[in-house]
Amino acid sequence: MEALKQELKSKIIEVLNLEDINIEDVNDDDPLFGDGLGLDSIDALELIVMLDKDYGIKLVDPKEGKDIFQSIETMGAYITANRTK
Amino acid sequence: MTKEVFITQTNCITPIGFDVATNMKNIDGGVSGIQLHQNTGLMKESFYASQIDDENLNTAFAKVTAATGFSRLEKMMILALDPIIKKANLVLDDRTAFVLSTTKGNITALQNSAIEDNTNAYLHQFAQNIADYFKFKTEPIVISNACVSGVLAISVAKRLIESGMYDDVFIVAGDEISEFVLSGFNSFQAMSNLPCKPYSKNRTGVTLGEAAAAVLVSSNKEGVKVKIIGDGSINDANHISGPSRTGEGLFRSIKSALIEANIEAAAIDYISAHGTATPFNDEMEAIAFNRLQLEKAPVNSLKGYYGHTLGASGLLETVIGIQSVLENKLLATMGFDELGVSQDINVIKENGTKNSRYFLKTASGFGGCNTAVLFEKIN
Amino acid sequence: MANKTYIQSFCTIEENQIKVNGKILFEKEQSLFSDFSKSVYQHFNIDYPKFFKMDNLSKLAFLATELLLEKTENEEQENNTALVFSNKSSSLDTDTKYQSSITDKGSYYPSPAVFVYTLPNICLGEISIRHQLKSENSFFVFAQFNPLFMMNYANILLEKNKATSVLCGWVEYFDEEYKTLLYLVGAEGELEHSEESIKKLYK
Repeated sequence: MEALKQELKSKIIEVLNLEDINIEDVNDDDPLFGDGLGLDSIDALELIVMLDKDYGIKLVDPKEGKDIFQSIETMGAYITANRTK
Repeated sequence: MTKEVFITQTNCITPIGFDVATNMKNIDGGVSGIQLHQNTGLMKESFYASQIDDENLNTAFAKVTAATGFSRLEKMMILALDPIIKKANLVLDDRTAFVLSTTKGNITALQNSAIEDNTNAYLHQFAQNIADYFKFKTEPIVISNACVSGVLAISVAKRLIESGMYDDVFIVAGDEISEFVLSGFNSFQAMSNLPCKPYSKNRTGVTLGEAAAAVLVSSNKEGVKVKIIGDGSINDANHISGPSRTGEGLFRSIKSALIEANIEAAAIDYISAHGTATPFNDEMEAIAFNRLQLEKAPVNSLKGYYGHTLGASGLLETVIGIQSVLENKLLATMGFDELGVSQDINVIKENGTKNSRYFLKTASGFGGCNTAVLFEKIN
Repeated sequence: MANKTYIQSFCTIEENQIKVNGKILFEKEQSLFSDFSKSVYQHFNIDYPKFFKMDNLSKLAFLATELLLEKTENEEQENNTALVFSNKSSSLDTDTKYQSSITDKGSYYPSPAVFVYTLPNICLGEISIRHQLKSENSFFVFAQFNPLFMMNYANILLEKNKATSVLCGWVEYFDEEYKTLLYLVGAEGELEHSEESIKKLYK
């Protein structure tokens, strides 16, 4: 889980082009949207693609993303429970 | 005193007809171009779309010309322009402009050819192919402003005539269904799993479509259908993919058109809106219309008949809107059931009659763009 | 007869060099556009993380605009500067990138963050957001820069009170080849807004 969370941090920074943010800056419980990393709706869609591409998880209802993408912690837990690759 | 500008010729090529009269007859009969398609070349899963039948297109094209080497979309656009250029019978000289509006043009050229040979994917080349066919003397003007392109083209044509640069402007607008566009809208989770339901409670997104439309915008009043009396094309300055929650850009675009036309919002008899059936777009439009006290004005979206035809939609819906106003008709919003926006708007549910004088066309799109154009019927 | 209009300022970016009103403000040795644009961002102390999410066309338009338009100090203060941009390649650079993400059916993962930039007018949206320009905007495509068209279109916007100034020009990017000329047109100034002077700026 710890390794997965580190992996997620570096992937998010890379995929979403968060130029000025380092892995150490992101805490497991930081909110990803709003005040935290300041991600927006296009980023959320991009994270859905990432779940599919890297972990073989297809979100049927994009609204589910709201709970899953709260923080690195919640993403990690969801991926661990549902990953197919 | 600014010059008066008119629309004097119209035409459209759609899955439900290759001229305006056939389109009107089919809309009147509740016929939609939207069907379920199974075409793995376009998308893995089956999808709803409003597509033009290749065989019909090729047959119609062969009747007009024996020329070959045109792409599918070029054929659609030539067919849209051909009758109005013939009817107008103008000398195509340096006072006649050719405006082409499209969102993606020949984007399919990218999948068919090596990256080094992408000439036909260039929009100016695409426009030149059509300009050469009709022997326009002036360089084509291409407008590529996302989903407002088609209606923005009318505004641009009017401004070019007002500026004294041209006397007549032929506009053609078109877009086709492609894997490129389908996959993109799908990645945005913006596609409806049923034929789209504009302004409805259970709407889930867009249905894509393809079409071409053409008009002649002229300073010459002869054969006038409508006069173009005001326009505006103002950005939300809010988000590149989502509309403003307050409808700011659309509100300001309509306001700009009203000020120019020197009429009150209350004078608007009919609105042909964008109505893509995404949750955010329709909600945004309802808010903008309410901010202008336009909630009582009859409004429709034609997306239920044609799907979202991207850069063509604004011009296609203007062509059909003009015809309905000339025939004193109000056309139903196909797919609409129960109002599903937070503000009241007067969605046209069934075909009806009304003698409309002032008609507003609006559109909004990616990049935060919005366009509004006001027309007046003059007898 | 319409009032006279003037070119108030202008900016060119090409071949790793930025000029504003004819003066070189920044240069870099031969480099990729991604490195060049990042250096410009850092050199002018721009603080706008969204910049790194933009495609190349938007980055180019954004940087040129950044050097021409004053920051709106006060959010309440309305800036009615219209945007009228044009180019040759539309969004083809990003279109090609997006197309390659859907061509291979074995790794078919269309990216919404790439798709959104497959429209040339997105750069107008980015600039409108940055400078809070709730104003007229349009994007045109020509085989080459068309000074006469640009001049007439900018003038009619001013004449009909659709805008108080117009930022217009050429923003072209395809596969590491780029060139931009943006210039601000308004009712006051010294350099006459004529086809000849626009041609001279573009060279």
